[in-house]
Amino acid sequence: MSITEDQARKVAHLARIAVDEDALPALARELDSILQFMDQLNEVDVEGIEPMTGVTPMRLKRREDVVSSGGMADRILSNAPDAREGFFAVPKVVE
Amino acid sequence: MTDPNRLTIADARDALARGDLTAVELTEACLTAIEGAGTLNAFVHHTPDMARQMASAADARLKAGDAAPMTGIPVGIKDVFCVKGVPSQAGSRILQGFVPEYESTVTRNLWTAGAVMLGKLNQDEFAMGSTNESSCYGPAVNPWRGAGGVQLTPGGSSGGSAAAVAADLCLGATGTDTGGSIRQPAAFTGTVGLKPTYGRVSRWGVIAYASSLDQAGPMTRTVRDAAIMLGAMASADPQDSTCADLPVPDFEAALTGDIRGKRIGIPREYRMEGMPDAIDALWREGADMLRDAGAEIVDISLPHTKYALPAYYVIAPAEASSNLARYDGVRYGHRASLGAGEGITRMYEKTRAEGFGAEVQRRVMIGTYVLSAGFYDAYYNRARRVRALIKRDFDRAFAEGIDSILAPATPSAAFPLGSVDKGDPVQMYLNDVFTVTLNLAGLPGISVPVGQDAQGLPLGLQLFGRPFEEGALLNQAAVLERAAGFVAKPDRWW
Repeated sequence: MSITEDQARKVAHLARIAVDEDALPALARELDSILQFMDQLNEVDVEGIEPMTGVTPMRLKRREDVVSSGGMADRILSNAPDAREGFFAVPKVVE
Repeated sequence: MTDPNRLTIADARDALARGDLTAVELTEACLTAIEGAGTLNAFVHHTPDMARQMASAADARLKAGDAAPMTGIPVGIKDVFCVKGVPSQAGSRILQGFVPEYESTVTRNLWTAGAVMLGKLNQDEFAMGSTNESSCYGPAVNPWRGAGGVQLTPGGSSGGSAAAVAADLCLGATGTDTGGSIRQPAAFTGTVGLKPTYGRVSRWGVIAYASSLDQAGPMTRTVRDAAIMLGAMASADPQDSTCADLPVPDFEAALTGDIRGKRIGIPREYRMEGMPDAIDALWREGADMLRDAGAEIVDISLPHTKYALPAYYVIAPAEASSNLARYDGVRYGHRASLGAGEGITRMYEKTRAEGFGAEVQRRVMIGTYVLSAGFYDAYYNRARRVRALIKRDFDRAFAEGIDSILAPATPSAAFPLGSVDKGDPVQMYLNDVFTVTLNLAGLPGISVPVGQDAQGLPLGLQLFGRPFEEGALLNQAAVLERAAGFVAKPDRWW
């Protein structure tokens, strides 16, 4: 399987990374060489093997469903590139 | 005391306890060493005021008889750890200007123990890389130089940490290891790097790369120092649901020097075609040293080793594409400026194109691809099933009575900066061939300097241990360290 320029454009869009049209052929080639390297995995017999989800046989910890923190909007907004009136500000989303 | 910055953590601790040295003197020596080492580009954010304040507090604590093992010990912190009030950007332009409002659990534990913060250390962007060249600050430089004075990579991603420890700029440093990012730079700089068992150290406040693989650990000049520093970094943590609820043992007390009767496996699959003779010879010598100390050397097989690298380069980018989705120019860091009529999607796309470097973009896109509809089973699920088989290889070896496994740390010594073809990512990924298996299986591993190549550059061996048995692993590593007697230091040229 080889990656076409269209597929490269699509994956860049899904990843929300702007890629210039003239950079697409090189990107497609790069992705293709990495995916070819991964194709080795097809040699392995994985019949009956469950996909691994965690390395330790440990039940994920539970905690009480209670508010444990909060009330610090100003601190949370302190790193925002654009914050106004207690909110993150972004370009207009809804026309 | 002259040049106290050259002390080991253990010796500095003892000198501080005896009153032969103060934490302020020790910290000043490190700050002076850092000031004179700008060429190495190891420290990328400097915190001298914080260091001096913390050193004074440590001296007060020492005087009051309230000292912990790391009290007054100056350390460097990899940029990937959030330190409250100190720029923390994981080597990325996209986190330019980000100053955390909170403290990572690891650094909080270190400050609680009385360690002194010297500054933030260089790394590959988001810990993705093996050469430090993907850093937004430019690469850290290895204090060891090649023939004719050529500048070498300190390895990556924790290259700044390794360079700083090797050049005596700090007594110890934090690193993180997702596919070898502690052990490979340690091997390239003649230092010790420990990747603990997944879940031994909290990931809270550590900027994420691949959450099922990331683990923080100490980088030090000796195995004993690694034991001391791990003890201060590790803890159970309600803030990280994957952090194990286990007591933290006294790792230093495990260093008995006695490994008689231990069964150490030599995995035949790690004998790669084209492996340099120096690495092969080093591996044999390491096995002989452990045998001479009373261990039993056993040939073992880890049959799925060959598939670890492709499995890793599916799983890690998949997790990264998900973790790095948060860098959208809304909540922190860089936001691209927009032209008239450009909307929010364009803002995301431009912000991420400007903020992420080439390797990060590549991995985010590969991860996006392998998780996308139609490819999820073929790539991601298949890689996770292969991962289960890789872990089963180790489980079987341990079930057959193997205590630990000895392998080379890297396929070569440190190589010149700029020598890896950036257009051939697969070639670069091959650097991680001996290290990624451990992360996939979640096991602890340590890189110990054991010898030098024909050029005089350091070479390391790795020991892999049983889960949550870092004490036994450190003990074996200490025996190897002593038998190898590696004392070489880089000539000071910077």
